[in-house]
Amino acid sequence: MSNSAAPMIEMAAVSKWYSPQFQVLKDCTTSVDRGEVVVVCGPSGSGKSTLIKCVNALEPFQSGTIRVDGINLSDPGTNLPKLRARIGMVFQHFELFPHLKITENLCLAQEKVLGRSREEAMAKGRALLDRVGLSEHAEKFPGQLSGGQQQRVAIARALAMDPIAMLFDEPTSALDPEMITEVLDVMVELAREGMTMMVVTHEMGFARKVAHRVVFMDRGEIIEDRSKDEFFGSPRSDRAQLFLSKILAH
Amino acid sequence: MFQFDFDIILKTLPYLLKEGMAFTLTLTALAAFGGLVLGTLLALMRLSTLPGLALAATGYVNLMRSLPLVLVIFWFYFLVPYIGQAILRTERPVEVGAFASALITFTLFEAAYFSEIMRAGIQSVPKGQLSAGYALGLNYRQVMSYVVVPQALRNMLPVILTQTIVLFQDTSLVYVISITDFLGAASKVAQRDGRLIEMYLFAALVYFLISFLASLLVRRLQARTAIIR
Repeated sequence: MSNSAAPMIEMAAVSKWYSPQFQVLKDCTTSVDRGEVVVVCGPSGSGKSTLIKCVNALEPFQSGTIRVDGINLSDPGTNLPKLRARIGMVFQHFELFPHLKITENLCLAQEKVLGRSREEAMAKGRALLDRVGLSEHAEKFPGQLSGGQQQRVAIARALAMDPIAMLFDEPTSALDPEMITEVLDVMVELAREGMTMMVVTHEMGFARKVAHRVVFMDRGEIIEDRSKDEFFGSPRSDRAQLFLSKILAH
Repeated sequence: MFQFDFDIILKTLPYLLKEGMAFTLTLTALAAFGGLVLGTLLALMRLSTLPGLALAATGYVNLMRSLPLVLVIFWFYFLVPYIGQAILRTERPVEVGAFASALITFTLFEAAYFSEIMRAGIQSVPKGQLSAGYALGLNYRQVMSYVVVPQALRNMLPVILTQTIVLFQDTSLVYVISITDFLGAASKVAQRDGRLIEMYLFAALVYFLISFLASLLVRRLQARTAIIR
């Protein structure tokens, strides 16, 4: 039921509790349009990673609805693996499979989930590896690559599935400063090509450069959800102002 | 003065190896393989979110680990024919044969130990790896078989092989159901020719050498198979 007019990702009143006393998400409502880049930011522990993991149902939530490409995640008839295969996800700690070579990392899901042949998967994988500038590392294991290189491979692995949207969960937080740029460059390029992206990050430079909208979260709530220029120009809430003053102080 | 006669070893060596050691090694290899497969399934059951499965596996593992191996060997040898009879509804107890009975016993018994090893191995794989697998669209079975279990096996390989060395020594317990394994063969020769000291010394030396060399090998393998992180 693909509906090209509807947003790619639609969240309505999403709430999640770990226990009755501990609510991590409170009535979160937002959406990501097709081709839109939304940056989610906020202090640590504000629930932004949890929120983005709800989008591909890696985290269960107790109330509210999330629709991806018109498909309701909570619908018992929804084939979650099939839906997840269409959404790329990049993790803070890369999560490449350490026992598999780079090429095998790129091919595994293409073959097992999409049913592509080895040749087809390999061609796709090599093309993407070339795109992120790592062709010469194809036969290495993830542990032989630097953090930045691993994260670029992880992006290539997600792209190999021809995703309709990409989720980034703090993709540069675990990287040494000098490696952040190489990963952000890949992400900027992707955004400029029109990929639908939801990005949890503290990289405000990235947000300024390519984001269409910024969602600011604190203590499990979406405090601000506004266009980039509005957000950086005149954040309305005290908490967002405080956050920005801290993060942009230097 | 007692005279050692080590010629007896040379003379009976073909018999000891062909009859005895062949059986010991076959049983060890098959039971280790079967035990590892079954043990991995048990580990997955124990870690499953379905309470019934987890409970059944936990009960099984605890039961097996609380019984002496000799008892289990005995028990299966005498019971399996009747279980077969009950399942197949035959008139007489099903003839299983000592080898099949021993193999089933060791597989089932070792599975309990391997399952604990594999459980630790599976839990040693970071949760993010599962998330990454699921995020790519893999289902539970695929995440387990392509992402988690291969890493668990590699992380646990030294322990698995060490357990296999223990199994290799334990197979000598099949003497209780009159199977001729390596120790049994040596024992037969010893009794027949009255060469107890020579034969048991020799048997001990062989077990020691194989086990010791195998454990050296494990250590070298450990360095080579470790996943680069």
